Amino acid sequence: MATADDLKFQEFDDAANLLAANPDATTISIDEPVEIPKNQQSRLQEPGREEDDELLGTDDSDKTELLAGQKKSAPFWTFDYYQTFFDVDTYQVLDRIKGSVFPVPGKNFVRLYIRSNPDLYGPFWICATLVFTIAVSGNLSNFFIHLGKPTYHYVPEFRKVSIAATTIYAYAWLVPLALWGFLMWRNTKVMNIVSYSFLEIVCVYGYSLFIYIPTAVLWIIPQRVVRWVLMVFSLCLSGSVLLMTFWPAVRDDNRRVAVATVATILLLHALLAVGCLAYFFDAPELNIPAPIIPAHNGTTVITKSH
Amino acid sequence: FPGLADVSIPQDIPVEGEITVPVGSHSPDEDYSTLDEPVKDTIMRDLKAVGKKFVHVMYPRKSSALLRDWDLWGPLVLCVSLALMLQGGSADSKDDGGPQFAEVFVIIWFGAVVITLNSKLLGGTISFFQSLCVLGYCVMPLTVAMLVCRLVLLAGAGTVSFIVRLIVVGAMFAWSTLASTAFLADSQPPNRKALVVYPIFLFYFVISWMILTFTPQ
Repeated sequence: MATADDLKFQEFDDAANLLAANPDATTISIDEPVEIPKNQQSRLQEPGREEDDELLGTDDSDKTELLAGQKKSAPFWTFDYYQTFFDVDTYQVLDRIKGSVFPVPGKNFVRLYIRSNPDLYGPFWICATLVFTIAVSGNLSNFFIHLGKPTYHYVPEFRKVSIAATTIYAYAWLVPLALWGFLMWRNTKVMNIVSYSFLEIVCVYGYSLFIYIPTAVLWIIPQRVVRWVLMVFSLCLSGSVLLMTFWPAVRDDNRRVAVATVATILLLHALLAVGCLAYFFDAPELNIPAPIIPAHNGTTVITKSH
Repeated sequence: FPGLADVSIPQDIPVEGEITVPVGSHSPDEDYSTLDEPVKDTIMRDLKAVGKKFVHVMYPRKSSALLRDWDLWGPLVLCVSLALMLQGGSADSKDDGGPQFAEVFVIIWFGAVVITLNSKLLGGTISFFQSLCVLGYCVMPLTVAMLVCRLVLLAGAGTVSFIVRLIVVGAMFAWSTLASTAFLADSQPPNRKALVVYPIFLFYFVISWMILTFTPQ
């Protein structure tokens, strides 16, 4: 006999709550072709996400694997294929940036924020911003350092923009490629539990470069000590993000190989920061003596100093 | 057929008309073919369309003229004039000078293409050339700023002139960004608007920086 309660309409619980009650239940997700419900779906899942991850364990659930398989099914010559790499909302990008600036010790950046939805928006535009920030800050800092010197004529130094662009984009895309190739090769020798796709590595590298943007702006301050303190601080923050991401991927390997890999990652990261500081920002206490400019008709002209 | 029994054509209304199609010399082709019109008409029509779009950028309101009847003449003219005005920044061919003509050209067009691709990849509904058209036309306030800067620099290159240039370029940068955002914002998915607006901000910031740091030799 059906009671009155059975006949009453039961609200469908959120998937997260149902799963919390019964973690072993099979989950089926119907991926709708329309874009808008997917966005709302991700927003609904957001508050329950943290509990989800802890309850389901560190391995990917069936749901995310299904979704990941369905997402990348378009062939690579269609526009839709590339659209899957830009499937992020504003709040997701901001969360990822926050996660790269305030690394939580012990939590993996990829596991926590990327979750098999790597995006190319973050890496590309963070690199673009960094290129222009370094070029503009370097130019401004040189201007302030040499201001007041009689022989100084301001130049915009526009060529440095292309050099900065080449360097930063090469670092953010070629180093992940090399690292991914290396990890794939080690994976054939030693079975690693944790392995990352190429895009996830690009994502981590891209977002880890974000801390350098405010650092580059602060490097305008023409004090050597301040600059080095800033550099060490930002290196620690972004280095720790990289460290916590890649240590689980190599720790099952031969001890020496693991340590060498992580050391190389951090060394390249430091090299980028030091190189940028050295090339784009002139040293603060340098005194440039008045040069003797040879005139066109053969006589030398000595510049006057006021 | 019982239903048709009460349908009857009244006898007193004549049914008449012509069924011949007039093929006279009115030439209805006049509306479709512009081949026979004088060249002045053709050029003036395009010039008027371009001029109308400039006015729309000056007073940005939600008008569909910029989007529907896109053209790339305006952006081309603006880009070429801006690149020409940014010349003469360094007489020597050293690497430290300002941007060369080709660099300005590439930055504006490549930047506009990348921003358009970005907005389309994020799910925007605007077409490729419409977006290029809007971004190109919204460079106009910055071209005006460049003109003003060059005039101010003719008067002198001191601190006062720098402050004047800074204010002018800053105001025009804000105008450009707001104008293009006003035109492009509606075609973006609502929870990704900031992701689309930020590259536009960066684009106009770079152009403003090139204008502000222009120093004649």
